[in-house]
Amino acid sequence: MGSIDSGSQPAANGKLEIKIWRGRAKDGAFSAYQVPEQAHQTVLDVVTYVQRRIDATLAYRFACRVGMCGSCAMTVNGVPRWTCRTDVKTVARKGRLVIEPLRNLPVVKDLVTDMAPFFDKWQAAEGRLQATSDREAEVATIDPASPERKAADAGVECINCAVCYSACDVVTWNPDYLGPAALNRAWTLQNDERDGGKAERLRAVTSDGGCQNCHSHQSCTEHCPVGLSPTASIAGLKRMATRAAFGRGPR
Amino acid sequence: MIGPRLWLLQRATALIMAPFVLVHLGLIIVAVQGGLDASEILARTQGSWGWALFYVAFVLAVAIHAAIGLRVVIAETLRPRRWVLNLTAWVILIVLAVLGLRAVYAVIA
Amino acid sequence: MIRAPRKTALWYAAMIHRISGVALALFLPLHFLVLGLAIEGEAALDGFLIWAELPIVKIAEFGLVFLLAVHLFGGLRVMALEFLPWSPRQKTYAAAAVGASFMAGVGFLLSAAS
Repeated sequence: MGSIDSGSQPAANGKLEIKIWRGRAKDGAFSAYQVPEQAHQTVLDVVTYVQRRIDATLAYRFACRVGMCGSCAMTVNGVPRWTCRTDVKTVARKGRLVIEPLRNLPVVKDLVTDMAPFFDKWQAAEGRLQATSDREAEVATIDPASPERKAADAGVECINCAVCYSACDVVTWNPDYLGPAALNRAWTLQNDERDGGKAERLRAVTSDGGCQNCHSHQSCTEHCPVGLSPTASIAGLKRMATRAAFGRGPR
Repeated sequence: MIGPRLWLLQRATALIMAPFVLVHLGLIIVAVQGGLDASEILARTQGSWGWALFYVAFVLAVAIHAAIGLRVVIAETLRPRRWVLNLTAWVILIVLAVLGLRAVYAVIA
Repeated sequence: MIRAPRKTALWYAAMIHRISGVALALFLPLHFLVLGLAIEGEAALDGFLIWAELPIVKIAEFGLVFLLAVHLFGGLRVMALEFLPWSPRQKTYAAAAVGASFMAGVGFLLSAAS
């Protein structure tokens, strides 16, 4: 999804000029570092180089390094990104990178944000399967061609990286708003035949901070590293809420 | 900040007004030909039950729609307390409805 | 505070919808008060409407027609997005809404000039 920052140029002297946010949100500041430029270098590689070779006190978060775990998202040159899958060449401007923590979340230190509000809203949106059977039951058979299965498939690959949550202006404006990731997850569950919590979840996603707050800016869709469209999922929830208002509950 | 009922009411008033606004835009473009003229406007509206109904519905829908819309904008930009927000929305609704219905009376009666 | 990422076309579409809505809501009381002049008779309304012949007022009216049209077409786009099956062509529809609104504004100006 590296289409936003095009026209990048290589560093002048083989060194990347890196600015990294240090400290907390209020009393923190940028520190500058020089990192050798390499072929096939990710933004996470750059941050790791700084932490291992220049300043061991730099705090950041990562785990899998292959775009599956969703823990390494940061703001890179003003754009929220999964740093382990972002090639420096696609985002650096004249060899310069400005790396900040994710927006819309409290900063613990340096590049580490407190993800608690993000996951609290995930739970508030009932973003978990309400099982209707146990492990002794047979595996549910779900028709891959059914509209519900297709709708769930479209949103299910979310890696919980909070890039969408960080990109969303409604989250900034309205602290109660559940946000794109939690609502996207709720939508996949509303389309899950095995789930037994649909009425409860519909109430949760139409609460004061629910799906109806979305203004369809589609910044979430623009920045989602795995190419999902939370806006489409939220629109689905809005249709479901509308049907419910006319007495037609979720199937 | 906005519950599902207000959200739906916002969409419902929008759907009601969509054809009204199209008619209104058409009328504006026709009425402006040769200059705006009170006699031309009043000749169309005075004593007409059809236009009275049209404009009363239009005024009520727009008063609700504007009150809910401004409520959202105020909530997201100024973040007032909940009771201040609701009171503001009610004041907007009532002011627009009263002024609007007075205007309808003025051009129909 | 970290600034928001670069705005997308659809963010601007939503902002145009918001600004046009607020502007129309602010204009509405004035509109109602002017029409209310007719309570005092046709002459009172006409006494105000002579101002409408000024070119600057015509340009302001073009702005109002554009605001009303862009709020209408933009609003229809939002409701299509929310209530109809999802379409990925959102930017095209947003551009079409703005285009149609300019056409309405130009139609107004042509009519006013004739």
